Amino acid sequence: MMLEVENLNVYYGAIHALKGISFHLEEGEIVALIGANGAGKSTSLNTISGLLRANPGKIVFEGEDISQTPPQDVVMKGIIQVPEGRKIFARMTVMENLEMGAYTQPDRVKFEENLEAVYFRFPRLKERQKQLGGTLSGGEQQMLAMARGLMGNPRLLLLDEPSMGLAPILVEQIFEIIQSINEQGTSILLVEQNAQMALSIADRGYVLETGKTVLEGSGQELLHNPLVEEAYLGG
Amino acid sequence: MSEQKTTRDQPSLNVGKLIRWIAGILLLALIGWRVYQTAFIEGSYGPDTWMRFIIAGLIIGGMYSLIAIGYTLVYGILFMINFAHGEVMMLGAFGGYFIFELLASIKAPSVSDPNMNFLNAYPVISVLLAFIVGTVVSAVAGLLLERIAYRPLRKAPRLVPLISAIGASIFLQNAAQLLFGPQRRQYINPVILWRGTGWSIPVGDTTVLLTYTGTLSLVLSALLMIGLFLVVQKTRLGRSMRAVAENKQAAALMGIDVDDVIGKTFIISGVLAGAAGVMWGIHNGLFNHYVGFLPGIKAFTAAVLGGIGNIPGAMMGGMLLGLLESVGPAALGIDFQLKDVIAFTILILVLIFRPSGLLGEALSEEKV
Ligand SMILES: Nc1ncnc2c1ncn2[C@@H]1O[C@H](COP(=O)(O)OP(=O)(O)O)[C@@H](O)[C@H]1O
Ligand SMILES: [Mg+2]
Repeated sequence: MMLEVENLNVYYGAIHALKGISFHLEEGEIVALIGANGAGKSTSLNTISGLLRANPGKIVFEGEDISQTPPQDVVMKGIIQVPEGRKIFARMTVMENLEMGAYTQPDRVKFEENLEAVYFRFPRLKERQKQLGGTLSGGEQQMLAMARGLMGNPRLLLLDEPSMGLAPILVEQIFEIIQSINEQGTSILLVEQNAQMALSIADRGYVLETGKTVLEGSGQELLHNPLVEEAYLGG
Repeated sequence: MSEQKTTRDQPSLNVGKLIRWIAGILLLALIGWRVYQTAFIEGSYGPDTWMRFIIAGLIIGGMYSLIAIGYTLVYGILFMINFAHGEVMMLGAFGGYFIFELLASIKAPSVSDPNMNFLNAYPVISVLLAFIVGTVVSAVAGLLLERIAYRPLRKAPRLVPLISAIGASIFLQNAAQLLFGPQRRQYINPVILWRGTGWSIPVGDTTVLLTYTGTLSLVLSALLMIGLFLVVQKTRLGRSMRAVAENKQAAALMGIDVDDVIGKTFIISGVLAGAAGVMWGIHNGLFNHYVGFLPGIKAFTAAVLGGIGNIPGAMMGGMLLGLLESVGPAALGIDFQLKDVIAFTILILVLIFRPSGLLGEALSEEKV
């Protein structure tokens, strides 16, 4: 098992945001976490990334407990998050954003290789490499955010609502890219409100509701589960 | 954010704005008239005098700029005004002073002068040592300030670290007074750097003195500012500082140790303030534990003038403020004792008319 999250409890002050969430991910999988706004999806990812502390709760990555590991060391282990709302560096150029993505990767040769791969995947970014991040369109910013994540050589990519606020045609493109990143060997934990799209590319999925995991199954099972259909697929 | 910006520029809010602009234009006209009178009609100062004011303004302006950068860097990252920053400069001034004292007490007799001391035998090394020790003292002070007075309050409401900063400022001033006494001390420079010596530049039929100490300050200020600019723009540390300033959470997700970058920001701010402190001592001579107070507030004014959070703004604001307060009293025909009033008038005017400063962007909600 690559990632195992067990009985995760997280508080924001007095607010009990995660009330014992458990899930796991095998190497090579795409696992989707779906759920309504406020269910605790971002909180789960941020806790894995070390931005928040579980109390109590266990996060094991490749056999090692990382629940007390600071964010920079989590990144070093190959767990890289592409945060909700993209959070690119608006006042830095596209190139500088990509350099930030490679912050933990001192190898210059590998950097050039990754850069080429990222530009191949996102040709628009190459055209705009000298432009400030803040001047990109929403879709381009999402691509930059993902490209920035890929520059850090992720083994496990945490994607928080990559389709948020994008036009349908771009949404489709983003999901294709996610699949292709996965096919090239990166495991993916995908958080989405767009349950339809997420479950259709996921190997497995979990449904979160007010800080708890309430359902789990393969992508297809969940997609056809009447409860899921009703609550999240507008069925 | 963009929505908030547009509501702010709504024409319906413009009555207050109009009044402010009219007041501003009247004030400018008044100042303009006064300057015209003193400079051209009364004709009390010749070009050599103006030149002296300008040179003095640039020299002090360089020091303000160095200190102002520290305010701006810290604000850019923590959105707080480090009100103890003037005291960081003061500690640097003491550091350089004690090095000069120490080196002057070391005998380095030569054949021609058996009473020679180290300070005068090796003036270049001595000055270098004073700057190194002054900057290290200030850097350590800045770092400790962050660790002790600000870091524990990182998550507190924004007024709290501000109060802590004011407390730290009072503490450092009093600690320095306890340790070093309240008396004014004087930098004893190496002979080749004596105050009042320099190059005579012919202007019209007289000459203007460009002092060695002033030249040293100005050149060093310029070099430090260029160096800082290169660090921020071109290095890995500089990029990580900019990333942390933009978004701490995103920076952490890149693998940046945010606390470490904040610490280094305080170190860099301290180095610049410490250099300004030693310059102050070498150029002006007299100082005591109060020496950081006025330059601190003026540099804060300079940072606000340039746009707080904006590095080129702080550099420009410092130079501009130095010039204005040096040339201002003469240009306005007011008492030279009132030069400090000029700085504070500028601070108030900027805060009223353009709180984002000359180069600053409109303050985003997050930073307000
Ligand atoms: N910074 C915060 N401070 C306080 N409460 C928060 C914070 N962030 C999230 N929450 C609360 O935690 C719960 C889970 O939020 P979140 O993880 O962002 O949900 P999701 O990503 O699934 O929309 C919500 O009730 C939300 O209001
Ligand atoms: Mg979320």
